[in-house]
Amino acid sequence: MLRIHELNFRYKNINALEGVDLKLNKGEILSIVGPNGAGKTTLLKCIVRIVKPERGTILIDGKDASRMKRLDLARCVGYVPQSSPSKFPITVFDAVLMGRRPYITWKPSKKDLEVVADLLMSMDLEDLALRGFDELSGGEKQKVLLARAFAQDPNYLLFDEPTSNLDLRHQMEVMEMISGMVREKGVAAILAMHDLNLASRFSDRILMLNAGKIFCNGEPLQVMTVENIRSVYGVEVTINLSDGHPYIVPIRQVK
Amino acid sequence: MILLVTVLFAVALIALSQGAASVGLKDSFTALFRDSGLAHAIVWKLRLPRIVMAILVGWGLALAGTVFQAILRNPLASPYTLGIASSAGFGAVMAIVFGAGFYNQYLIAGNAFFFALLSSFLILGIAKLKGSTTETMILAGIAIMFLFSSLSSLFQYMGTMEEVHEIVFWFFGSLSKVGWKELGIASVMILLPIPILLKWSWDFNLLAAGDESALALGVNVKRIRMIGVILASLITAGSICFTGVIGFIGLVSPHITRMIIGADHWFLLPASALVGTVLVLMADTLGRIVWAPQVIPIGIVTSFIGVPFFFYLLMRRKREYW
Repeated sequence: MLRIHELNFRYKNINALEGVDLKLNKGEILSIVGPNGAGKTTLLKCIVRIVKPERGTILIDGKDASRMKRLDLARCVGYVPQSSPSKFPITVFDAVLMGRRPYITWKPSKKDLEVVADLLMSMDLEDLALRGFDELSGGEKQKVLLARAFAQDPNYLLFDEPTSNLDLRHQMEVMEMISGMVREKGVAAILAMHDLNLASRFSDRILMLNAGKIFCNGEPLQVMTVENIRSVYGVEVTINLSDGHPYIVPIRQVK
Repeated sequence: MILLVTVLFAVALIALSQGAASVGLKDSFTALFRDSGLAHAIVWKLRLPRIVMAILVGWGLALAGTVFQAILRNPLASPYTLGIASSAGFGAVMAIVFGAGFYNQYLIAGNAFFFALLSSFLILGIAKLKGSTTETMILAGIAIMFLFSSLSSLFQYMGTMEEVHEIVFWFFGSLSKVGWKELGIASVMILLPIPILLKWSWDFNLLAAGDESALALGVNVKRIRMIGVILASLITAGSICFTGVIGFIGLVSPHITRMIIGADHWFLLPASALVGTVLVLMADTLGRIVWAPQVIPIGIVTSFIGVPFFFYLLMRRKREYW
């Protein structure tokens, strides 16, 4: 279980996160939603220790994340950032193999290579294996980064806006891969999301952030209400139900 | 890799056979192993130290270039373009001038290292403050290069005749003043960091994917960057301190190697170092043959080869991978 207690983070005198509490069980998908600058990315970065929280504790399977060795943390928590720069040409295979870094000392073992090969097969990436990562389309790149996170074999997977900049088909493909991985391996995932409909469709729980604080937290139907969205996003919406999932249709900005 | 080693041996043999005194390929080879008077002296005292130094320098500069490019995530980084070679050269010149009278190799090497470190950390600091774009770093490097070249010029201006004679070599880069003692010091500085760098080859690979991804995959980015810069500075100082500033090898070798074998540092580090040795050895041999018996300093030859390649990299950039 992943537990966050009273997390605070300041960025240049602005409270980016304030008193954030969170619990996540294995096998669950949690989406974090909220307007730009609400602290979604910062929260993810605190969990993987890219930034250091000012106050508060993060417990990963009962262990204090701030005291864990970075390599041990990398075996527990995987992170897919919004964008991944690449300055030097690298093949898709090598890009995915990077996910095995926490297990490699001098050079990758046979098992590492097998894990990567199996992943590429199961994700329909084997035809791309020897292509350059930079030559890929946005959707293909995202799939490769997903494969890298899966290769890392962590208990908790964090994704920062995994579907932004993707076409409809790739959005579905990426979300289905994530939920498939969560069900199959019994791991847990946290997704920072902008698309409220996708978030509602695929998440067990949704956390709505506003200005660094938790606005509300619960099942998609409880969180996605006309009132909540009006006060957090300042947008008038109607909500339709289909298949038990809420579908949000934006109407107009609230003046 | 095997091919590279073979090429290296071939070039080394040719280099061995060329020189002001006409001692041919066969003679020089036999002289390597048999004490046969003059030929033996020429080969062991003059040519072999020079060749071993060329190999070391090429190895060191290329290795340092590869490391700088990886840790700064900057394809234009190299000991030369970042100004680190110039500052190491200045450190050496300073030691020569102030240590006048006794030519102390340790002092020269140590001072070169100190100044290389100084400008490396300056570059790191600038990268941290202003964001590590390719352009800022290279511009900072050019500024550093100018600063230290003029400081070296100042010493030259103030120095005595003998000192000036010593110093002039530093501007061109030359392998002609190398003996076995210098070789010993340089090889320690260049070869010692290799196991650590190889151990980190995976971390270097990951740095290319961005600091955030690298951190999330368990790489201690700060430590790698800090110690990496120190080691690369040590290697640069070792390569520069007895030969003067030799440009472009550190920039060009990693790129050539990456084009051939790809960007995995486990292979890239040693292969790029080998490419560097071949380049330096070829450049030096060329410098000795072209205008024989005059010897063109190696720094000049490498600039002739390196500058066009540098332009080529610059022109290609927008379309390619950075």
